[in-house]
Amino acid sequence: MARQIGEVILDLRNISLSFGGVKALTDISFDVREHEIRAIIGPNGAGKSSMLNVINGVYHPQQGEIVFRGEHRKDMDTHAMAAAGIARTFQNIALFKGMSVLDNLMAGRNLKMKCSFLQHALWWGPARREELAHRRKVEEVIDFLEIEHIRKTPVGRLPYGLQKRVELGRALAAEPSMLLLDEPMAGMNVEEKQDMCRFILDVNDQFGTTIVLIEHDMGVVMDISDRVVVLDYGRKIGDGAPDDVKNNPEVIAAYLGTQH
Amino acid sequence: MTAATSAAPTDRLDTFPRLLLEHARVRGARPAVREKDLGIWQSWTWAEAAREVRAIACGLAELGFKRGDRLGIIGDNRPRLYWSMCAAQMLGGIPVPMYQDAVALEMTFVLQDAGIHIAIVEDQEQVDKLLEVREQCPELRHIVYDDPRGLRHYTQAFLHGLDEVVAAGAIHDANQPDFLDQEIAQGRPDDIAIMLYTSGTTGKPKGVCQTHHALISAARGGCGFDGLGEADEVLSYLPMAWVGDNLFSYAQALVAGFTINCPESGDTVMTDLREIGPTCYFAPPRVFENLLTQVMIRMEDAGALKRRMFHYFMGVAKRCGAGILDGKPVPAADRLLYALGKLLVFGPLKNVLGMSRIRVAYTAGAAIGPDLFRFYRSIGINLKQLYGQTETCAYVCLQPDRQIKFDSVGLPAPGVEIKVADNGEILVKGPMLLKEYYRRPDATAESINADGYFMTGDAGFLDEDGHLKIIDRAKDVGKLGNGAMFAPNYIENKLKFFAHIKEAVAFGHDRDMVCAFINIDMGAVGNWAERRGIPYAGYTDLAAKPEVYQLIQECVEQVNAELAHDAMVADTQVHRFLILHKELDPDDDELTRTRKVRRNFISEKYAVLIDALYGGKASQFIETEVKFEDGRKGKVAADLVIRDVKTFPVTQVNLGRAA
Repeated sequence: MARQIGEVILDLRNISLSFGGVKALTDISFDVREHEIRAIIGPNGAGKSSMLNVINGVYHPQQGEIVFRGEHRKDMDTHAMAAAGIARTFQNIALFKGMSVLDNLMAGRNLKMKCSFLQHALWWGPARREELAHRRKVEEVIDFLEIEHIRKTPVGRLPYGLQKRVELGRALAAEPSMLLLDEPMAGMNVEEKQDMCRFILDVNDQFGTTIVLIEHDMGVVMDISDRVVVLDYGRKIGDGAPDDVKNNPEVIAAYLGTQH
Repeated sequence: MTAATSAAPTDRLDTFPRLLLEHARVRGARPAVREKDLGIWQSWTWAEAAREVRAIACGLAELGFKRGDRLGIIGDNRPRLYWSMCAAQMLGGIPVPMYQDAVALEMTFVLQDAGIHIAIVEDQEQVDKLLEVREQCPELRHIVYDDPRGLRHYTQAFLHGLDEVVAAGAIHDANQPDFLDQEIAQGRPDDIAIMLYTSGTTGKPKGVCQTHHALISAARGGCGFDGLGEADEVLSYLPMAWVGDNLFSYAQALVAGFTINCPESGDTVMTDLREIGPTCYFAPPRVFENLLTQVMIRMEDAGALKRRMFHYFMGVAKRCGAGILDGKPVPAADRLLYALGKLLVFGPLKNVLGMSRIRVAYTAGAAIGPDLFRFYRSIGINLKQLYGQTETCAYVCLQPDRQIKFDSVGLPAPGVEIKVADNGEILVKGPMLLKEYYRRPDATAESINADGYFMTGDAGFLDEDGHLKIIDRAKDVGKLGNGAMFAPNYIENKLKFFAHIKEAVAFGHDRDMVCAFINIDMGAVGNWAERRGIPYAGYTDLAAKPEVYQLIQECVEQVNAELAHDAMVADTQVHRFLILHKELDPDDDELTRTRKVRRNFISEKYAVLIDALYGGKASQFIETEVKFEDGRKGKVAADLVIRDVKTFPVTQVNLGRAA
């Protein structure tokens, strides 16, 4: 692989998050390097999605510090993060079901649109040029994900696997530098998983996008990630290259439920 | 339009590169090629296309491509692949298009047989296949790809992007500016223009060598016959390795100067068809069949009013539509109803199918069911059958306007001579005949007789008006135990006309009754089952459902009733049938890449089932190996039920001209 893994761009230090009495995350620290594929794994309820939500500012941790591209923060802010180039997909698909694939992808670019509501409503001059430029970007994403044949199909009519791909497309349309994927392969069949893996690797390879993903399928995680962090009951129990993590006794225990 | 073409000095326009340059000169600003890319139809004029072809030709020369060399071409219908064909011809080379969906192993044979040094392929998928078999094809020295996506990390020195090759060619061109024109000037009409490999229905594929003269004659004949000119539009979506695409998207486009349109991808053909609205359309019967199946499925899901309207006006169309298209006298009341139907049903339907602008549509490659053929003509689409083989540039018979017979393939095309041999085999002669089979003088001698006639291998006869009727493959026509003629294709086509039946194989030669294998159509039967609330898990399960058996049995019985109408074939009614547990598939060698049934292979592979059919058993267990698209193998096993079907006594003695 020609892709060079770079500096640490996101550093999470001693993050703790609780909802009332429930401790979702306890004193977790890990980092993400530029251009890498970083997986977060763990059994159900381990705090994986909470971790992702902390990264893009949906949840605000009570303790800890986040360093993103040299900037120290107590928590993240969703709008600021989107503007800073972080895009994400969701465990339960979050698309506009009644809108076409194309419109969903165009929606993914709304942060990049500069013209006013009125200008867009009139679709005149700069607004028109702007939309055409955005449409071109979206078409590139459509080409990249090989979804030309469903461009005009309402998302709600698509099979699940394709909806997942469209959601990835929606995130890609924002031209992110970091992509957060929450279980991109949940509920897919083998062929769909293979396709999705290929797309994730291609995104990472071709655009150099840093990818943080949560996944349950161990085979997939071990195959495509550069480094893996393992959570269990809101605590970090492992961190490192896939092979190290695979042989970590604590991780094996967490997954197989061995007595300590 | 056509006048401009015929006014040009046709005597010198005798090779494809010269035709291309002539179009660039005469109609340089008219669109030659369109391709949908990033959601937008991009177009290239004839002048631009000529420049692109020259650039690729220079690049190929720089790579060491020489007069007489074969250039492998693999991929979907992409403008740059068509241009590469012409570029090879400019240098006096021979393009060899291959089926893009063939697995790597199948390509080895062609690569070796044709001795290909350079191959231009579409994308990573094809590059991967060639890399896989490169060991077996040491002669393959360069692989050039059109789309660089995913190939960034491929470091092999013999891999080149087409852009690099073109850039290198520019230097070549700057150093030897006269080189290309000299090469074009050296081209002769009897040079081989293209090599197309036969589908291999029988034995190993053979490379059919067609000259510029043969293809141009066939294209000129065809364009003249149906008045195709520069204003026509064609959608190029059929495999480039198929002679039909070569004739329509390449030879005719270069002869008449019309525009070819390349779809965005294989999955978007229907949408692209609708957007382009071609004026001339070519499709094998299977495509027309699928379209009709889809229409029927969607009509069943439509509201009651629409459904009744559809069926009522389809009745009107059936009664008088074909007559109106053929300019025959039709009662005024029917004309009025038909006009109303056109407004309410046929027009919108044609629009949905992308066929609103079609002046002429062709079908060939296999026999088309008369009912299917009638359906399209009755809604006002000038669908014609055409008859020909790879060896004859798909140009033997054409159906003239207003003289369309449902059961014939028409009159001999201009310049073509037809003779029927004593054994019923059709023999043809004309300028469009192949020069030879590549490095197979034995096969060439076998297929062209002493008088210069090509032996088609099809059985047929000329009717009283001189129209050719095809019965079946000469070697497939057999006899039942009682001596009655058995034409399996004839029966299979009747079965396949039902939307629920995708494929059928009939047996009966030297037996005392006819039995059949059936493949159900997953889309149509799946939809049918869903609406009846019948749960199923995949093809094998659905195919074994008693309800599905009942449905298919009704279809078979209906075919038997039709067969009983005709004394000639009444004896060949289907007595027993079974529904196969897997779909017949080219990957398992059961169909050819053009999706024709490989009869002998199937009867060997499924000998157990045939024995069970004729042995009177009620069911038979079978386990079959299947190949998946990625090359993995698996097994499908099932206990197949065999059903007896009602047969009918001969009801009428006539010659199948009922309806």
